[in-house]
Amino acid sequence: MCHITIKGLNVSYGNQHVLKNVSLEIPHNKITVIIGPSGCGKTTLLKSLNRLLELQDGVKISGSVYMDGESVYDPKVDVTELRKKMGLLSQRPYPLPMSVYDNVAYGPRIHGQRKKQILNEIVEKNLKAAGLWEEVKDRLKTPAASLSIGQQQRLCLARCLAVSPEVILCDEPTSALDPFSAQKIEETLSQLKTEYSIVVVTHNLRRARRLADYVGFIFLGELIEHGEKKDIFENPKDERTRRYISGESYL
Amino acid sequence: MTLRHVEEQCFKVLMVCATFLILGSLFAVIGVILVKGAGALSLSMITQTSKGGYYLGKEGGVLNAIVGSLYLALGATAASLLLSLPIAFCLQREYMKKRTANMVRLLLDVLWGVPSIIYGVFGFTVMLFLGLRASLLGGIAALTLLELPIMIRAIDEVLQMVPRELKETSYTLGATRYETMFKVVTRQILPGIVSAVILAFGRGIGDAASILFTAGYTDHIPYSLLDPVASLPLAVFFQMGTPFPEVQERAYASALILLIIVLLLTVSSRLFSRRFSKFVIR
Ligand SMILES: Nc1ncnc2c1ncn2[C@@H]1O[C@H](COP(=O)(O)OP(=O)(O)OP(=O)(O)O)[C@@H](O)[C@H]1O
Ligand SMILES: [Mg+2]
Repeated sequence: MCHITIKGLNVSYGNQHVLKNVSLEIPHNKITVIIGPSGCGKTTLLKSLNRLLELQDGVKISGSVYMDGESVYDPKVDVTELRKKMGLLSQRPYPLPMSVYDNVAYGPRIHGQRKKQILNEIVEKNLKAAGLWEEVKDRLKTPAASLSIGQQQRLCLARCLAVSPEVILCDEPTSALDPFSAQKIEETLSQLKTEYSIVVVTHNLRRARRLADYVGFIFLGELIEHGEKKDIFENPKDERTRRYISGESYL
Repeated sequence: MTLRHVEEQCFKVLMVCATFLILGSLFAVIGVILVKGAGALSLSMITQTSKGGYYLGKEGGVLNAIVGSLYLALGATAASLLLSLPIAFCLQREYMKKRTANMVRLLLDVLWGVPSIIYGVFGFTVMLFLGLRASLLGGIAALTLLELPIMIRAIDEVLQMVPRELKETSYTLGATRYETMFKVVTRQILPGIVSAVILAFGRGIGDAASILFTAGYTDHIPYSLLDPVASLPLAVFFQMGTPFPEVQERAYASALILLIIVLLLTVSSRLFSRRFSKFVIR
């Protein structure tokens, strides 16, 4: 069974119909890459999975999302538990208004971890996983706001991993990073898929090719095509997909 | 010179003039009080309580009014802060519909504009009804009413500036609304809270009308919440009202003390808030 199953998902902001009848399956321990032009609803899709969208006014959501066979939008679901299970890296990194250390420790703390020793270990382990440890190990007490945008992006990854989610949803996780650091994050994500199911949104088609096991192509709010990487990249069924991945004008 | 340059120059002149006008009048106020009050300002002024009844004497000091004002303003500011935080949080979209919240904001703005004598009269009426005399408690209650709308609206304004994404980040990690509000949002707006506190404290400690009937006046330092209490603004008011130049001079000295208290508090809170503004996410 798939880790997350999306069935007939529709989202609109006011009168603007943004996601149109999207159905997608996200398998266990694989990387699913979502590609598509800007403004087509990729961020909206990710935010609808962990129910972040419903916090906004005027958003209408219909259709269903299942995680491990249980409906995510069931009113009985504990949203905080659900969100803990689905880590989300937002497109623009937002550190919390605290120190670097506290940023990573925030999640474990609210979920009941009080022991200093264990928190220290969690912080070190996850900062290392995000490739930030060497740069910040001597200034864990400084405000996270003083880090560069690229460092903040990696801090957000560490913070996300620190609550040990089951699924990681990454919205352009390397948009502010140099090619080398982006490469490192990419490698991290590839390693992480043994433990997590990962969804990555990216505009970079070369990265999509390297990273993906599965690919979904969204165009103007519709999921045009999805499947194994090989099928999508080498043998797209839809004309629009073919044009997008070959870099021709897709309009 | 093109029209655009003229425009630029005109605006620059306007800005500089306005700034000098404001700074000038500010320094004029401080200067007059300094010149007129410095002569009467002595150690006994701040170490002794007043002698000769309701500040009218030429002997003793205004220690009772200094302590009284601090008790009143600190008490009212602490009470307002405790009440304001939950109310301001409650006005945010997580907890209240936008239309209801805007109604409440309008009401609070009206309350902000209500003259302080009205709070004084209202407090006095309630105290008469309850059979209370003018007291520290009554004064604190009246000042709290005066400070509440200021504090709530000031905190509310900074709360509305908190980026939605910041709250979303916290929710993404599985935080509840309460955790998000008190562990993330509160830290983000800490400098704003400090400003709100200074604003409210300044209004509270300087107000005479609301405590005229509710706190009363006395020559003694209060020992319980039910004792009447002296205050600096009323000390200035009474001393200024006497026909004796020596006592009038003491009024300026009292005003100077009030000014110094507000100045010390403002500067120290600014220093305090600077430590935290480094953490604020922009
Ligand atoms: N909060 C919002 N209110 C109203 N409309 C929104 C909101 N967020 C997104 N939209 C609209 O929904 C559409 C999809 O936005 P979304 O952010 O999902 O695009 P995206 O695929 O992530 O784009 P990008 O690649 O540029 O990040 C856009 O047309 C956008 O204008
Ligand atoms: Mg996006």
